[in-house]
Amino acid sequence: MLVNILILLNAIFYQPVAESNSKIAIIDFETFQHYLTNENDTVYVINFWATWCAPCVKELPDFEKLNQKYGDKNFKMLLVSLDFRKMYYTRLIPFIEENKLSAEVILLHDPDANAWIDKVDPSWSGAIPATLIYKNSFRLFHEGDYTFDELNTIVEPLIY
Amino acid sequence: MKRIFSLIVFILVFGFTLLAQGYKVGDKAMDFRLINVDGKMVSMADYPDAKGFIVIFTCNHCPYSIAYEDRKIALSKRFEPMGYPVIAINPNDSTLQPQDSYSQMIVRANKKQFPYPYLLDADQSVFKTYGATRTPHVFLLNKESNDLIVRYIGAIDNNYEDADAATEKYVENAIKALENGKLPDPDFTKAVGCTIKYKKS
Repeated sequence: MLVNILILLNAIFYQPVAESNSKIAIIDFETFQHYLTNENDTVYVINFWATWCAPCVKELPDFEKLNQKYGDKNFKMLLVSLDFRKMYYTRLIPFIEENKLSAEVILLHDPDANAWIDKVDPSWSGAIPATLIYKNSFRLFHEGDYTFDELNTIVEPLIY
Repeated sequence: MKRIFSLIVFILVFGFTLLAQGYKVGDKAMDFRLINVDGKMVSMADYPDAKGFIVIFTCNHCPYSIAYEDRKIALSKRFEPMGYPVIAINPNDSTLQPQDSYSQMIVRANKKQFPYPYLLDADQSVFKTYGATRTPHVFLLNKESNDLIVRYIGAIDNNYEDADAATEKYVENAIKALENGKLPDPDFTKAVGCTIKYKKS
């Protein structure tokens, strides 16, 4: 009986995140890092955001529009959420479902940010939104928001 | 290609302009005179016996600022008696972030019983002079001769989510270093934070 209860409790409280929602991975910086250095002719648009960050949420539709425009080209968008780990079910998953985000979302969970911010870009102070756009050796990092037109101006010449 | 080049140049120039503003470690910091949540004006000159100041740009709405709220209170209780008062400054434009209005600051300060002043950078000049880019953003000042010298810039510690899991208590260690006549190491750290909300001119 006790064992059964324990198993039941275990099932309730320790559901592996990956199984309950395979779309949204929770990863630390070490696991995430390889997304920053690909050299495969793909244009990477990597946006750092969070559900509670007003300017981030405001610019998301423009990122979505960009993803829909170039999604079938040599283009990959990654929306890197910096929401707190405890907001995964309460904020992040509902937000993604409500807003029907088509781009891939991951939750970067690595609170020792001083150890990794410079590895994304030395000019980043750590404020969000922030976006890295790169293709092979071309690299452009921007702390602040973007409009669709600004994004498109940068990305369009890199697409073939 | 020309368009993208000019855009890159613009971003680089703009980026450097932003970086060029604000204090670096070793710079002399300016005093300010800003309104507190009790309606009175506060300057660092009001603390003639202070050995330094823990100036924290912070606000109501930002989850990182909220996550650090109890740690800011703890810093104040611990280090004000040692001569390093905490002074919190909200740099945000409340027309862009209504939760950070002066009246909401008063509500929050009363609810949490902040032991430190919580000031409004009403014309947003102080955060620009200091070079704060996010909330929370700490500037540790040390009184040397009659000047206030910036001795540490950055985060409170290395874990925004869980105070108990922090392995590097940057501000605490920096004050300990100053108390021992040494310079803080590290003297500059980065952290994820909320952008400071201001109207771009």
